Amino acid sequence: MYVAVKGGERAIENAHAWIAEERRGDTDIAELSIAQIREQLSLAVNRVMAEGSLYDPDLAALAIKQARGDLIEAIFLIRAYRTTLPRFGASEPVDTGAMACDRRISATFKDLPGGQVLGPTFDYTHRLLDFKLAADGEALEAPSREAAPGDVPHVTDFLNREGLIEEAPHDDTPPPDLTREPLEIPAERALRLQALTRADEGFTLGLAYSTQRGYGRNHAFVGELRIGSVPVEMDIPELGFSVEIGEVTLTECETVNQFKGSKIEPPQFTRGYGLVFGQTERKAISMALVDRALRWEELGEDNVGAPAQDAEFVLYHADNIQATGFLEHIKLPHYVDFQSELELVRKLRRKAGAQQVQEAAE
Amino acid sequence: MTEYNFAYLDEQTKRMIRRAILKGLAIPGYQVPFASREMPMPYGWGTGGVQVSAAVLTPEDTFKVIDQGADDTTNAVSIRSFFQRTAGVATTTSTSDATVIQTRHRIPEEPLHEGQILVYQVPIPEPLRFLEPRESETRKMHSLEEYGLMHVKLYEDISRHGHIATSYAYPVKVEGRYVMDPSPIPKFDNPKLGDMAAIQLFGAGREQRIYALPPYTKVVSLDFEDHPFEASKADHPCGMCGATDSYLDEVIIDDAGGRMFVCSDTDYCEARQAAGHMGKDNGGKDAA
Amino acid sequence: MQANTLSGGFVDPAIGSAHAFRSVMEAMARPGTIQNIEGAAPPAPLSPAMGAVLLTLCDTETPVYLAGDLDCKAVREWLSFHTGAPFVGPAHCMFAVGAWDALAPLTVYPIGTSEYPDRSATLIVKCSELAASGATLTGPGIKDKATLSLPDVDAFQANRSLFPLGLDFILTSGDRIAALPRSTDVSGSSSEAAAHKGAS
Repeated sequence: MYVAVKGGERAIENAHAWIAEERRGDTDIAELSIAQIREQLSLAVNRVMAEGSLYDPDLAALAIKQARGDLIEAIFLIRAYRTTLPRFGASEPVDTGAMACDRRISATFKDLPGGQVLGPTFDYTHRLLDFKLAADGEALEAPSREAAPGDVPHVTDFLNREGLIEEAPHDDTPPPDLTREPLEIPAERALRLQALTRADEGFTLGLAYSTQRGYGRNHAFVGELRIGSVPVEMDIPELGFSVEIGEVTLTECETVNQFKGSKIEPPQFTRGYGLVFGQTERKAISMALVDRALRWEELGEDNVGAPAQDAEFVLYHADNIQATGFLEHIKLPHYVDFQSELELVRKLRRKAGAQQVQEAAE
Repeated sequence: MTEYNFAYLDEQTKRMIRRAILKGLAIPGYQVPFASREMPMPYGWGTGGVQVSAAVLTPEDTFKVIDQGADDTTNAVSIRSFFQRTAGVATTTSTSDATVIQTRHRIPEEPLHEGQILVYQVPIPEPLRFLEPRESETRKMHSLEEYGLMHVKLYEDISRHGHIATSYAYPVKVEGRYVMDPSPIPKFDNPKLGDMAAIQLFGAGREQRIYALPPYTKVVSLDFEDHPFEASKADHPCGMCGATDSYLDEVIIDDAGGRMFVCSDTDYCEARQAAGHMGKDNGGKDAA
Repeated sequence: MQANTLSGGFVDPAIGSAHAFRSVMEAMARPGTIQNIEGAAPPAPLSPAMGAVLLTLCDTETPVYLAGDLDCKAVREWLSFHTGAPFVGPAHCMFAVGAWDALAPLTVYPIGTSEYPDRSATLIVKCSELAASGATLTGPGIKDKATLSLPDVDAFQANRSLFPLGLDFILTSGDRIAALPRSTDVSGSSSEAAAHKGAS
């Protein structure tokens, strides 16, 4: 006989116990420490910080451990924690020109002040599995030298001096914050950039790739890609000046895009911009391409109907926490709606059946 | 539980939600944008309803949560225990004892009374969304009261199928002004939306919208003179309590495809059984 | 800064504002009903009800306009300390606070836009009395009809005609509140309204 389902509470408790056991895995194997994850899975940590919008490598490492390596789940843990944090104020804008660069490359100039610094990149590794790592091989120590003194100027500044690239005037307007205000369309560039920097890496990559294949192509050159640490300063009203409160590692990508001019702009190079927490260069380059594609309107370009040009489409679907929540909610019970659909389909079939019988009779 | 504020959300977030609720009540059926927060449960699982509940609950409230009409579905259990822990509120499964009821996809069978608040979890608050995916467009349509597209869609159903092929999340018009999505309740529940004694609040977390129906608001399901709205349900009595007036779930009971029909509102069904009403699958006669 | 600037807030802000909000919400959801609202002890000329409403709804994100004699040092300091709300003129406020006459004319407040009618001001009105008699109210939130003492009738009718745009009102007296959202139809008269008109 039918008995109404009971015991949801116990089922949930048991599921939680089971997932904890699964997370730990075989207890004969040493448990991962937060420090191990932070130090040895740092690119995963960086992605969680970037898309979680919270710069804290230890918390990101904890989230990765708790999420069993599911990075979107880890990002979700960080986001949910982040919302509960009190806000004491906003920092001064960081100066990426004063970045202590670990990596700095330009695809547009063979050499330039500050030099090309390859840095710790996978770029020219041969993707061969390194079985030494499987045998706990100790890492080699990389050679080092003193950092060259002085700032590393932006490539776009050189182009700007010649008037070859669009102006990017200094602007002190406080940017909107989509974590505190509902998203509204049309969205200005500052808001779009905020959305993109925390957007899902895969989604952003796919969109950027689509522009390269012709869906809103914008001929991007990587004018410059730089990764390094910058000091974060905050103005303390009680002191009357700003003090350094810490340091963050950032990846910045500035693209230089060919532009033949439009009704409102002369022929010149235009800019796409990506700035992301941590060493996250795939994301930063993708972001710059999508940013540039979304700027079609302000540059007077044609909207060719490409997905990457559609700000509403991009911004409403780029957040993986929103997306995964709504996607996965369809596994929740829908008995009630399904029942109403069942009744409807039965009714429609009865009607269609009756009609066929009648037509056959005629 | 002391690590988090009362009812989890910080006070500034609650104030922002409370302001949105008041504007929602002042403009019935209009979707007020609000800066929805990331909650410790996924978007799509009731974060809008949870934020609204967190903003209205007081420690003296008695809280009930239903999903698909049932108190014991896992997500209802999860949300109920969240507020038990973070707000210390009393909980109940009894519709009449509850002061705040959070629901997904149903309106309780028992009429609600004054002093009660019904909080709906809403996945897609925009009734025009499936006709026009762009928020910028649908916002314009609401502002101009341009609802022709919706009528065309419903009428196309009629010309193709003989009647309107929308069975849940059936759109309504509020006080002759805004077309509103009542959340994915079956259209059987639509007539309960209007003239209700309780306050109805709708929260869509991912979509960042709150809207409301004050008590005794005029709510009309969209229809046509020659095809009036019809609230429908499975044409059976409840197998357990014999009720003929309640919305039913269909349950498959054996490998041969045998089916029975049971009240989706578990509190309603249990109360009837406790009062001696038995359906045909529960040792009773056919109907009450 | 005076001693009472620091006092007079909710003893337990989370619980105090939860209770106060329920009073405000019931009032807004059921126009014409009169609710008690407790927990605030603001400096004069703010009433306890006005204080509680402000503590419940205002913070750094809500520009407030103080009208007439409410725009004084004691009120400004108290409100700044407890809410951090910025003070602005009537045209840019989210909340306006004052006696009915001091709040006039109503045409200067934001009434929202056709796409965002919620972006409108809420006026927190200090009334000499609050009673279930006077003007007749009908509309959403009201079963058949309600009666409420109103400081004016024409102004509320004019506001109603703007729907879905318009202002929303929280009427206060001592430690009691009632509300009049833009959706409410107002008819009949009230003693205060008659006196007001006679004077002008």
